[in-house]
Amino acid sequence: MSDKNDKKMNGAASLVRSLEHAGVEVMFGIPGGAILPAYDPLYDSTIRHILVRHEQGAGHAATGYAQATGRVGVCIATSGPGATNLVTPIADAQMDSVPMVAITGQVPSGAIGTDAFQEADIRGITMPITKHNYLVTNPADIPQAIAEAFHVAASGRPGVVLVDIAKDALTAETTFKWPTSISLPGYRDHSQPKQGDVDDAAALIAQSSRPVLYVGGGVIKANASRELLALAEASGIPVVTTLMARGAFPDSHPLHLGMPGMHGTVAAVTALQKSDLLITLGARFDDRVTGKLSTFAPVAKVIHADIDPAEIGKNRKADVAIVGDLKLTINLLLPALKAQYAKARPDFTVWIKQVNSWRSTFPLGYDIPKDGALSPQYVIERLGKISGPDTIFTAGVGQHQMWASQFISYEKPRTWLNSGGLGTMGYAVPAAMGAKVGAPDTTVWAIDGDGCFQMTNQELVTCALNNIPIKVAVINNESLGMVRQWQTLFYNERYSNTDLHSKRIPDFTKLADAMGCIGLRCERPEDVDKTIEKAMSINDQPVVVDFGVFRDAMVWPMVAAGTSNDEIMVARELAPDWDSQEL
Amino acid sequence: MKLERTSHIISVLVENRSGVLARVSALFSRRAYNIEGLSVGPTQDPEISRITIVVSVEGHALDQVIQQLDKLVNVIAIEEMHESSSVQIELLLVRVSVTAENQEKLQALVAQHGGKVAEMAPTSAIVSLTDTSAKIEALISALNPFGILELTQSGLVAMRRTI
Ligand SMILES: Cc1ncc(C[n+]2csc(CCOP(=O)(O)OP(=O)(O)O)c2C)c(N)n1
Repeated sequence: MSDKNDKKMNGAASLVRSLEHAGVEVMFGIPGGAILPAYDPLYDSTIRHILVRHEQGAGHAATGYAQATGRVGVCIATSGPGATNLVTPIADAQMDSVPMVAITGQVPSGAIGTDAFQEADIRGITMPITKHNYLVTNPADIPQAIAEAFHVAASGRPGVVLVDIAKDALTAETTFKWPTSISLPGYRDHSQPKQGDVDDAAALIAQSSRPVLYVGGGVIKANASRELLALAEASGIPVVTTLMARGAFPDSHPLHLGMPGMHGTVAAVTALQKSDLLITLGARFDDRVTGKLSTFAPVAKVIHADIDPAEIGKNRKADVAIVGDLKLTINLLLPALKAQYAKARPDFTVWIKQVNSWRSTFPLGYDIPKDGALSPQYVIERLGKISGPDTIFTAGVGQHQMWASQFISYEKPRTWLNSGGLGTMGYAVPAAMGAKVGAPDTTVWAIDGDGCFQMTNQELVTCALNNIPIKVAVINNESLGMVRQWQTLFYNERYSNTDLHSKRIPDFTKLADAMGCIGLRCERPEDVDKTIEKAMSINDQPVVVDFGVFRDAMVWPMVAAGTSNDEIMVARELAPDWDSQEL
Repeated sequence: MKLERTSHIISVLVENRSGVLARVSALFSRRAYNIEGLSVGPTQDPEISRITIVVSVEGHALDQVIQQLDKLVNVIAIEEMHESSSVQIELLLVRVSVTAENQEKLQALVAQHGGKVAEMAPTSAIVSLTDTSAKIEALISALNPFGILELTQSGLVAMRRTI
């Protein structure tokens, strides 16, 4: 039987047709021998392919695209080294629950397992770092594998699916048939929350006196920011947003206490510690949030809402678990809570007064260097102010990332993209490229460290050639700053191998110029605003601003790794002055 | 607080696809749990296989592993098998030394344990037994005096009892 959907073609054409059917508009990649057959039909496809300079860039670009748009990001690479170059961004995206499909060519099926030229068992390599993966050796299986890959990547807790396709499956004749249904008997849909669990949660909230909404990246994944706002306002409960959730709830909102965790605000960290009920929404009690787990929020009961049942009770026991999509969950919780409040409205006045006093007594701050040097926090703060709340910011990993999470006010979801789970240096530039491709009318700033920038800046060439005018702020402290900070605090200021000399070499403005970008430099506080404005005025080319900053700035507050959140320090050897506080 | 590690039997129904055993066992090896026994085989449905895993872990960790297993796309169902409510069988093959003098004694001993002598060679014999772990252990101890030359055991398979 055949309908007009059934067409004879080779596996490569079938792959491209499948990607078109899956709704792909753009993918990032580099061709090579094993995937080459697919690049031929791609030449005629409606899909935009962006030729990157390193496959790691392709993977992070797909991630940035997915995080900015909520759609599935797609990257493509050849076998062997092409595929192994995707390993880091695959692990990165999977850790941060980003929907991504990675397509790799594989050596011909007859050669698999023989250490053939450019053979790597990428399915085996990526098994522990993907949500699912496929090795396709029969061309007839291509459409089904692609359809399943997009379904699995995007549904439930999003994640990465890799489809590895043997070269002979790409070259062999086949019949293209887009599957009308997907049958994955072992893939369960957990999106519908149970009303009974929601009712139990509402009852717990109504009995609590010091509740906190502990909000994680899942709220953004579920597009549930509006619902969260309604819940917070209706319940009057303060909110903390984790590193992955910055932007899920407006920073300017009076109920927002900021970010919890290792470099969180005193108010957010302390509110969790003193809370009697954590209403956990799409967060996972990561060690960077909890500090020493056994001392985390010691008296709190826990409501844990997540679409992934494996997160429930993984690190912290839940008193009430709600497995389901967060949008649906909050939409059920709101009326249930209103019904509870109608019976007896809990009084959080004392609690709100308390958290507000922590917030006003211990605001985020930083020291301005006395010698007129530029402070990195100031640069980042000005970037946020001048560029405004619609801007998408990406960050690398290190001090600049923490400052970008602290000193920029995020008002909207999907405006703050970073590598939270894996902590991947090199994320910022390619992720900004992907975000800009997904949101071409939005200003995209990559806030990068001079260390991180030197890992993936080659994608600026891709940006320059493909009209992807991102802006990069290199927070140049001449060092691997975050590591240096640990050396300052925990290794007697012995700065082993953290000096990058990047105010001498390379010259970032010349490098920018060589890559087809505009390079700007700023070293004085009084030049910051005009330099940012200059960068903002250039929209037809990527811009790189080398901000030469003070190298001894540190990220505060800090809870040292492995210690209790109660040990939070607001500056070196300085704990918050609790005496002024009625606890 | 010392966490109690005990052996658990986990029966996992999986889609019969290449790579599925690697996915399942990787979840255990990632956490450095030692798999004590493993068996994979067909079920009544040719598309579905059953993996039976015996693993020694503490209860909370076991719950975690089961949740993680459940996330694998090719895993259809997971069930923990308890001693009281399931039939649990494994297979033993053991080669022992024999002499012309003690061959008969061996035959008798094996028969008494419900096993079989699968091969009788002039100086050695292969003995098989399909039974519970306890019965298998009992036979092994009984065979010890003969001199065990080689021993192999299958992973356990289990089926829930109806009553
Ligand atoms: C790929 C990778 N390698 C190493 C690290 C460890 N690491 C974390 S932060 C950091 C320093 C980053 O330096 P830089 O980009 O200059 O940022 P800064 O901390 O100075 O703002 C390093 C090396 C990492 N996170 N990722």
